[in-house]
Amino acid sequence: MTFLLRRALFYLVTLWAAITANFLLPRLLPGDPVQAMITKLGGRLNSDAMASLYILFGLDAKKSIWEQYVDYWGALLRGDLGLSFTFFPTPVADVLSQSLPWTLGLVGVTTVIAFLLGTLMGVYAGWKRGSWMDSLIPVTTFLSSIPYFWLGLIAISVFSVTWPLFPASGGYAAGLVPEFSGEFIGSVLEHAVLPGITIVVSSVAGWILGMRNMMVTVTAEDYVLVARAKGLSQRRIMFAYAARNAVLPSISGFALSLGFIVGGALLVEMVFSYPGLGYVLFQGIGAKDYPLMQGVFLVITLAVLVANLLADVGYLLLDPRTRREG
Amino acid sequence: MNFKTKLGLGILAFFALIAVIGEWIAPYDPSEMGDEILSPPSGAHWFGTTMTGQDIFSQVLVGTRGVMVVGLVCGVLATFLSILVGVTAGFLGGAADEALSMLSNVFLVIPALPLIIIVASMLPSADTVLIAAVISLTAWAWGARVLRAQTMSLRRRDFVEAARASGERTWRIIVFEVLPNLMAVIASGFVGTVIFAVMLQITLSFVGVVSLSTWNWGTILFWAQSNQALGQGAWWWFVPAGLCIALLGTALALINFGIDEYANPRLRKVRA
Repeated sequence: MTFLLRRALFYLVTLWAAITANFLLPRLLPGDPVQAMITKLGGRLNSDAMASLYILFGLDAKKSIWEQYVDYWGALLRGDLGLSFTFFPTPVADVLSQSLPWTLGLVGVTTVIAFLLGTLMGVYAGWKRGSWMDSLIPVTTFLSSIPYFWLGLIAISVFSVTWPLFPASGGYAAGLVPEFSGEFIGSVLEHAVLPGITIVVSSVAGWILGMRNMMVTVTAEDYVLVARAKGLSQRRIMFAYAARNAVLPSISGFALSLGFIVGGALLVEMVFSYPGLGYVLFQGIGAKDYPLMQGVFLVITLAVLVANLLADVGYLLLDPRTRREG
Repeated sequence: MNFKTKLGLGILAFFALIAVIGEWIAPYDPSEMGDEILSPPSGAHWFGTTMTGQDIFSQVLVGTRGVMVVGLVCGVLATFLSILVGVTAGFLGGAADEALSMLSNVFLVIPALPLIIIVASMLPSADTVLIAAVISLTAWAWGARVLRAQTMSLRRRDFVEAARASGERTWRIIVFEVLPNLMAVIASGFVGTVIFAVMLQITLSFVGVVSLSTWNWGTILFWAQSNQALGQGAWWWFVPAGLCIALLGTALALINFGIDEYANPRLRKVRA
């Protein structure tokens, strides 16, 4: 259990670092874009909203930096992330809670698919080294060198403009009301096909390659040789002896590459105008909506940390050494 | 050196050459507007023209420099940072190692893209060099982690102990005994960082947080996207820049495989 506790402590420190960075950035960098925005909105801001923006962006110069920091934490713990300028006058927290499920659904499902698919292909490629599977590697390398968003653009141009098979944008058909009905769910799935395939295609190569290289290394280990000498079936050696050990770096790598994958997925959402956090962020950039951008950053960081903790639990289940410790 | 590595180096050299001479061999001024609007590739405009009649071939040629400069600057800066943090942590051990590892893990776990987008959009002028510096600050952590692990395995080797016993100073042992043995790892970390930096810069240009006054491949894609090139079927507007990115990325990845295979003979092809 100490393993999990240590990891949880580390994630708390990371969360603290991310929040503190969010606090410091607008105070350290030159220019006062939020003040400009408040002036522009003038009397349309009520005094509560004004006060929270002052706290979040440190516009109240009379207070010391420590007082500002305490106020900032107070606002965050109340769930107050300020008002969004883009979706004025909706609070940032409301915008985020509407778009978060879309991102969690799309990115969560595609990341798990890509991980399982890539790892499985890596197991076979590493086990049967020198077979035709090896020629897949340059192809997948090329695919993973393509930026996520560009692959998305190509997917739109081929599968929605040239051959209109799938919708090019949005999360569900216009005119439908989000509800728990067959029609709505069907529409959601149809809209998720292109963005989903884009994310899987561009992220699968990393898993294949990492797994293949570990399989190649593990296959040469003595315990695999012993397993062969015992006359165990190929399948059993491949999965229970080689793959189980080879997958460990992939899982600890999963945690670390998640931040990167999520970044790519945000871009895919931008390209497909998918109603998740990425598209919200994209709209925020255009309007210089700092409360919204910072809110997106915090929510994404939190989601990545939770996913990391889940990956750690998986690691714990696969590797008995971490359980015996402590 | 095998064929894959040579191919990678060849493509990289080609883009480096374009980065230097692109501005002189470009047939048109990339920002100059012309009469031929949104025309498909032809003899006069090899990659076609944009909505305002700009020549896309010239934009790709001129834009190569920005991409390569950011890649190189970030590669150097971030590799330096990763050596500084990773090798120090791995060699010193103890509390210094705990603190430095924690620092690099924090940087690894925090999603870089939204953070950089915030920083870049808050900067008053987001020009190429500034962006390169910001990207470097987030790009060093992976290299530091790998270098730390590698340094720890070298720390107790006999030749290092021998140097320590003969009274060499710590920095001298690190620079002359440890670093030469880390060269393969450093090189592959450098190439990896360049890939990361190039992708990130193009992404930032594409979402429109970087100054649009200088051309790079991402800026071309930004204009293509904001003018609905897709809906109008103007594939020539976004295909060339994207293919260049993918080619450059593949070339760098191939070079990295070469380095990996050099460092880890088990990965080399089995000879029949």
